[in-house]
Amino acid sequence: MFSKFLRKSIVCAAVGVALAASAQSTDPVKIGFLSTLSGPGAGLGVDIRDGFQLAVKLAGNKLGGRPAEIIIADDQASPDVGRQAADRLIKRDKVDFMTGVVFSNVMLAVGTPTFASQTFYVSANAGPSQYAGDQCNPYFFSASWQNDNLHEAAGQVVQEKGFKRVAVIAPNYPAGKDAITGFKRFYKGEIASETLPALNQLNYGTEISQLRASKADAVYIFLPGGMGINFIKQFVAAGLSKDMTLFAPGFSGDEDVIKAVGESMLGMFNTSQWGHDMNNPANKRFVAEFEKEYGRLPSLYAAQGYDAALLINAAVRDSKGKLSDKAAVRKALQAAKFDSVRGSFKFNKNQFPIQDYYMRVIVKDAKGRVTNRTMGTVLKNHGDAYVASCKMPA
Amino acid sequence: MDEAADILDHRLHWRWALPALMLLLAFPLLASAADAEFYVTLASRILIFALAATSLNLILGFGGMVSFGHAAFMGVGAYAVAIAMQQGLGSAWVAWPLAMGVSALFALLIGAISLRTQGVYFIMITLAFAQMLYFLAISIKAYGGDDGLQMPARSAIGGGVDLTRDRDFYYVTLLLVVLSIYAVARLLNARFGHVLQAIRENETRMTAIGFPVYRYKLVAFTLAGAMAGLSGVLLANLGGFVSPSIMQWSQSGMLMVMAILGGVGYLYGGILGAVFFLLLEELLSHYTIHWQLGLGVVLLLVVLVAPNGLASLLKSRRIG
Amino acid sequence: MSLNHILLLEQALNGLQFGLMLFLLAAGLTLVFGIMDMINLAHGSLYMVGAYLIASITAATGNYWWGLLFGVMGAAAFGALLEVSVLRRFYQRDHLSQVLGTFAILLMCNEGVRLIWGSQPVALSTPESLSGPVQIFSGFYYASFSLFIIGVGLLVALLMYWVITRTRLGMQVRAGAANREMAMAMGVDVQKLFTMVFAAGAALCGVAGGMLGPVMAVQVGMGESILIVAFVVIVIGGIGSIRGAFLGALFVGIIDTAGRTFMPMLFAQLMSPEAAANAAPAVASVLIYLLMATVLFFKPRGLFPVHG
Repeated sequence: MFSKFLRKSIVCAAVGVALAASAQSTDPVKIGFLSTLSGPGAGLGVDIRDGFQLAVKLAGNKLGGRPAEIIIADDQASPDVGRQAADRLIKRDKVDFMTGVVFSNVMLAVGTPTFASQTFYVSANAGPSQYAGDQCNPYFFSASWQNDNLHEAAGQVVQEKGFKRVAVIAPNYPAGKDAITGFKRFYKGEIASETLPALNQLNYGTEISQLRASKADAVYIFLPGGMGINFIKQFVAAGLSKDMTLFAPGFSGDEDVIKAVGESMLGMFNTSQWGHDMNNPANKRFVAEFEKEYGRLPSLYAAQGYDAALLINAAVRDSKGKLSDKAAVRKALQAAKFDSVRGSFKFNKNQFPIQDYYMRVIVKDAKGRVTNRTMGTVLKNHGDAYVASCKMPA
Repeated sequence: MDEAADILDHRLHWRWALPALMLLLAFPLLASAADAEFYVTLASRILIFALAATSLNLILGFGGMVSFGHAAFMGVGAYAVAIAMQQGLGSAWVAWPLAMGVSALFALLIGAISLRTQGVYFIMITLAFAQMLYFLAISIKAYGGDDGLQMPARSAIGGGVDLTRDRDFYYVTLLLVVLSIYAVARLLNARFGHVLQAIRENETRMTAIGFPVYRYKLVAFTLAGAMAGLSGVLLANLGGFVSPSIMQWSQSGMLMVMAILGGVGYLYGGILGAVFFLLLEELLSHYTIHWQLGLGVVLLLVVLVAPNGLASLLKSRRIG
Repeated sequence: MSLNHILLLEQALNGLQFGLMLFLLAAGLTLVFGIMDMINLAHGSLYMVGAYLIASITAATGNYWWGLLFGVMGAAAFGALLEVSVLRRFYQRDHLSQVLGTFAILLMCNEGVRLIWGSQPVALSTPESLSGPVQIFSGFYYASFSLFIIGVGLLVALLMYWVITRTRLGMQVRAGAANREMAMAMGVDVQKLFTMVFAAGAALCGVAGGMLGPVMAVQVGMGESILIVAFVVIVIGGIGSIRGAFLGALFVGIIDTAGRTFMPMLFAQLMSPEAAANAAPAVASVLIYLLMATVLFFKPRGLFPVHG
């Protein structure tokens, strides 16, 4: 009698536990997607969003087996607005992961409340040096790069090509300064001039005059999104492209800028951690699906968004959906067991990637489209310069 | 007859104010019960802007000074408390009056120069000064520059009150707003307030009678600046973050809109305007990403239907 | 010519370009303020709508010139529509109500544009024929489109001068600006005049949108930043005066451009590039306000005050 009762209660308990577990596992995973969706930087945010949403869609609108709920907010490239939006996502919507921020100044403002609430941030773009070094935080993961990286690669390229006087232009905000620092770490020649226009400034008459006066033989620009579009157009219109070679990180040489500027960009070199012509299965699938879904080639921003979603997916899956166990989620994120469109992917001690960086050149491809072709590898298995000052426990 | 009585005697309207106050006091408890604690933060934010709008109303509505640079004083207060905290000054009892003092000082200096002009030129000069402060804040990278300044912690009050708890913060803010309204009411009903409003009505006559008009206006301007500075202090504490964008002309414009919306020249005009504007913004943004359209439509309707602001609607209903 | 001379010449041209564009924006604003005594915060929205219309029509027809022509006409129509439906109710109201009302319209325009065209900036390129540099003399190239902007600006200024001083309509406008009641008493059809003035102002904003759109970006909120500068210009020039708007705009344009170029160079000599990058733009931005304060100090009603 008693054993029958025991057996029944065990079965009931088991069913109960299974129900409870499955009740938890059908709870949606909430993602707070905060990005720049208006203003000159909007193209970048939209690309990241499109890449992110594509990955989730291809996984059946699920992350780690659980239904995915993506709450989208616009930070308007303003640290103030971004911070308020982050507060709302964290406190009102109680999201499990945050992602999406494009600009590093917004990132630094959004980071503080995110980490304080023990919410994980998986960055699909911004990688400020502060978070790679002395302010590194267990809740911050970069699925893209550290801000200096693409500029370091570019510095290497310019150095190898033998230019002697280079003018440098980057916007006056944390990532802009990281850019110049990174470039100068690998380029050892003379800096003809260093100009920091205001972020999201669109009229470069002054800067172009200064360039003319500086008599540089090459110009390195870090001007993402609309800024780059405007600068390149004005640079070419002022006739400076005849005298100076233009270099940029991938941010100013990818699909969004190419679409707006067009053939005057042919021959321009840029650096990136990814190219759409990379030959691994994950990437081939990504590019094909992206073109099918959105009717355009993906940019590196879209690739980063896609990888961020894959990383979150792996983390939810590997921590068995128990998102309240922060240590387990962190371990799962650190392991990064997913097929990145870049090929292999692994994290450094400071939760920033160690990866290869490539040189790309803008050409006309077989279909007559103006686009990037990935040339050689510039930096192999490259980490970042700040990992030594990161003192967080593993 | 009624108009004249109102200028000399701004009532606190206890019949309306007391229930409203009770509701505000009970609000955090209600929010907890409804598991909507986020809204306590929102309510704090609305109260802060109510304070700022009231301070603008003091000079705009009661003094007739259309200042398009009022948000600058909010910014000065916010930066003052953030910089003080950066330098190690964390106690609210020291930092907050200090910040108010700094705002008052800026208001004194800016007012001293601007009040020598009239009409649209006064508007433009105050705007110019606000823009200068804004660009100054952007350029000083030691204090964050364009990216803003983080406040490592909220100010410390002590005595069991912990500002990091949203509820405590809300009650402190509410207390300060209530005190400020009371202070403004007392001011308006005293001789100073009478003279100020008379100056708004007819400055030439007041000068002819022999009042030191410039001095009265300057005192009012300074007091309003100090009050705005206090709201800036609270805003900095709320967000943990100060950005130069709170000093932009569009922010001053928003404060003006709140004051005008609520009713210039009415004691509760600033509060009504701020509450209406921000609540509407929050409500509409729930439904649509294009909430600004709805906000614009409502504002337009209000200005066409209620020429003297929301407070005037309430007033006429009470008489009728 | 030495490099310094080239730099100066380039800055002079840049300043002229900016100044003329400011004039296009300020002219409408000063007339509306001077004649209708109305503060119009939505003036920047007219500029934005004009730019968007031009961008759309250019994209649809593939031709910038059609875009410019029909876009400007569209902007004028929009301005007239706005005036007839909403804005004319504000003429009798006090300035504060006008601030609130036109602010509401500003919000609605921003959002309306976002609804129709989306949040991302819309592409508007310079036409093929004007995308390259022009050699002014050996060693100095200048963007041909910038020369075009200068040309258009001067042409519009001349056209306005002719209309204001040589036509009946212009006479009515001047009369209305100087003394509205008297003008009405003398038989001017004020309602129609106001609508026309407003539409003309909107058309000017549209032209400015077509000129500046390709150089900057066509995006929501593009009118706000330039609106403030336009107000500064009309205060300097004297409210209601076209001549004042023209000279004020040129002053502001040249001083702003010179400041933005030479301040950083000056500061770079004195401090690190990063410190210079922080301080110089701030000082340069403040210059136009200092200019305004200086002008008002000597001439409290602006350079060419219209009202007696």
